[in-house]
Amino acid sequence: MSSRKLARIILVLVFITLLAVPLIMKRLASRREQIAGSIGEAAALNRYGFHLDEVSHACGINFIHQAPTLDHRLDHIMPQVASMGAAISVVDFNRDGWADLYVTNSGEGSKNALFKNNKDGSFTDVATEVGVADVNQVGTGVSMGSVWGDYDNDGYEDLFLYKWGKPELFHNDAGQKFSRVTEKAGLPAWVNANTAVWFDYDRDGRLDLFLGGYYAEDVDLWHLKNTKMMPESFEYAKNGGRKYLFHNLGDGSFEEVSQKLGIDTRRWALAATVADLRGTGNQDLFIANDYGISELFFNDRKQFREVGNQTGVGFSPKSGMNASAGDILNQGRYSIYVSNISEEGVLIQGNNLWVPREGTAGDAVKYDNLARAMDVEIGGWSFGAQFGDLNNDGTLDLYLVNGYVSADRNQNYWYDFSKIAGGNSTIISDAAHWPAMGGRSLSGYQHKKVWLNDGAGKFVDVAQAVGASDVFDGRSVALVDLWNRGVLDVVVANQKGPLLIYKNNVTPENKWISFELEGASSNRSAIGAEVRLFWDGHQQVQQVSGGSGFCSQNQRRLHFGLGKNPQIEKAEIRWPSGKVETIEKPLAGQLYRIKESA
Amino acid sequence: MSESTVQPVGALEVPARSRIRFDNRYIAPLFISFILLVGHLFYGILESYERTALAIVAALITELVLGRIFFGKWLNLASAYITGISVGILIRSPAFWPFALCSVLSIMSKYVLRVKGRHLWNPSNFGICVLLFLAPETVAALTIQWGNFIWPMLVIWILGSIIIWRAKRLHISATYVVSFFAFAFLRSWITGDPWRSEISPITGPMYQLFVFFMITDPKTTVKSKKWQYIVIFLVAFVEMLLRLNQVIYAPLYALFIVGPAAMLIELWWESRRSVAI
Repeated sequence: MSSRKLARIILVLVFITLLAVPLIMKRLASRREQIAGSIGEAAALNRYGFHLDEVSHACGINFIHQAPTLDHRLDHIMPQVASMGAAISVVDFNRDGWADLYVTNSGEGSKNALFKNNKDGSFTDVATEVGVADVNQVGTGVSMGSVWGDYDNDGYEDLFLYKWGKPELFHNDAGQKFSRVTEKAGLPAWVNANTAVWFDYDRDGRLDLFLGGYYAEDVDLWHLKNTKMMPESFEYAKNGGRKYLFHNLGDGSFEEVSQKLGIDTRRWALAATVADLRGTGNQDLFIANDYGISELFFNDRKQFREVGNQTGVGFSPKSGMNASAGDILNQGRYSIYVSNISEEGVLIQGNNLWVPREGTAGDAVKYDNLARAMDVEIGGWSFGAQFGDLNNDGTLDLYLVNGYVSADRNQNYWYDFSKIAGGNSTIISDAAHWPAMGGRSLSGYQHKKVWLNDGAGKFVDVAQAVGASDVFDGRSVALVDLWNRGVLDVVVANQKGPLLIYKNNVTPENKWISFELEGASSNRSAIGAEVRLFWDGHQQVQQVSGGSGFCSQNQRRLHFGLGKNPQIEKAEIRWPSGKVETIEKPLAGQLYRIKESA
Repeated sequence: MSESTVQPVGALEVPARSRIRFDNRYIAPLFISFILLVGHLFYGILESYERTALAIVAALITELVLGRIFFGKWLNLASAYITGISVGILIRSPAFWPFALCSVLSIMSKYVLRVKGRHLWNPSNFGICVLLFLAPETVAALTIQWGNFIWPMLVIWILGSIIIWRAKRLHISATYVVSFFAFAFLRSWITGDPWRSEISPITGPMYQLFVFFMITDPKTTVKSKKWQYIVIFLVAFVEMLLRLNQVIYAPLYALFIVGPAAMLIELWWESRRSVAI
């Protein structure tokens, strides 16, 4: 055999082997999935330290979200336009020490629900009784989400409701009733918003409010002037809604200061969160935009600077739908998770996990997307996600919901969607040019991800194994200790689907500690306050958040898992006012209610 | 526009006078580099510099090694560069390995899948289609728009047309574009979808690369000009059939199917003729 012939045979063999590489990798991945497949409650508890049981009906919650019906000129693509509005926020509205749930609805005339925690495992919808139910009246738009914050520092959490329509502010009257104070607050007449966050950007002790527009604010989706209201590009759109930053003047009114302070963008915001990313004490603002890059605004109290490109988070355009911050590496710094779209064979954007780069800090902080390296990249058509220690092992896990439009299981709209998404702005921006969906699904019936943090830089999906097996079109996720047991339960709002309550059963060997903070010179909700916990050589920082994820807000209480037999060194509390207080050797298994010293 | 040269071209073969002239072989690599740079600097089109660089380097190394082994010479790398950069632009994946694997498979296909000394598939078309078939959970192809403005698209179309006109391949691209539009209107009539949604894909960058770099590849197109018209029309026709069946990467798959089939028929026809003579 000649050497040339031998070389050719070897070449062919190598070629065939290389062709087999993707198949081998797929096989390995599917084996990993099988290992993490459904294993039963006892085995899940044993292997992963927790198991989730869906108990909404047992709790007396039978809430089904309704989608809006928009202008008839959108009928042919209605399922994908009217695809948001299922949202959940957690609040203890009556200060009884038990977490309640506020759930939005989006059908015209439909009612939102405020599920009061009865402390016995059941919940009662009291929204009508207290005056926050009938908020989707025809002509006023429909709800998209809500965030709670005590804007007047009277000790009771007030409700800001954002809509595709008229945003509303409700004052909490001592946990008994809510008064509508929208006009007094000076809120705009119409905003098509999908995100809002309470935070005290200037640290004056009063909560301010960020509100992010999705569609442009001059678009009334029920009475379109024309059909050119879609994004001008799938990845470079800048024709979305404006942003608002409402500065709290302390007399019940707000001054809109976004442009004055440097927040001037018309990207399609779907999620925002704030966190002190530089250790300045100021909360920086991160916006995840659909149809484009994310934006990061450094907050210098009197000015915001957009540093997305500089920090690395704002260069590659995707379809941002979630923004949540968490100290996933127990290094005392926040990483940010942004969800995007991944559909096998069509569009693999991958979700982003922005982790601060080693050796960078302050204004020079840089972020690397470690989603792939840490195995939290591929979700599906992803929406809300939250960080929280689901098994109390001392590291933050990640709960992610997926699924866009679940309709006909056998037909999907992806071909037509990709056809139009690749078009020039003159084509994509006009809804009339979009092919009819005709009952087809678009990334429907997708599984969720419950990514367990192994503490060593990897996450593993255990959703099926631990009981998170629903395939509804998930939108909003909130983590909350609903039964005051020292665990994080999971609440999921689904588009045109039920509100799900996943009761979390955690192995008792893993310990926990919680902190409930109340500001004095800081805002009374303590939003922006941080607790830095030191135990067993670990350090983890968590903040009180005024909104995170997608259209959601977790409980204000900060919950730390500690693992087995923890020795807690101290808890360091940094208030928005700048004060720092330290609790030496706090006890595991306790909820600490801390009021800021005057 | 050559993407698939495997014949060695040594510097000594170039006449002394022409050494100081601009070599036409470098027009295509320069043009595609221009598209890449403009697209990335203005719109950030690339997954990352690293992934694109990986695709290019993998293609260049594979070409150098295989060229050395099978031709005994260091080959001109212009075509491998085009393959690598095409892979770097057209493949969309958060992972690194598909970029390397796609480039290596693309170049290797020129050496493995040969009949009578000619390779059958356009290299990057082969590599990308294989990855889309075998690794859809990790790999997608570029189907989205670069930016919102029409003028960059027009500049690329005009510049590209001038360049392939110089390379005497404009008739291929023009035939395809005309056929695409005709079939787009036909599809619109059949499906009832808005005609703008049917022509929408050709306004995207995937088609710019497809029209200027893939279908015009001299090594994987038939020789007769008349048959070039027919074959490219057939590519557009098969694309239409695939589109009617809602195949997202219809143009890539159509070329993957029609291109080699036409080449095989031409080779068979040539061998029959040579036997007859």
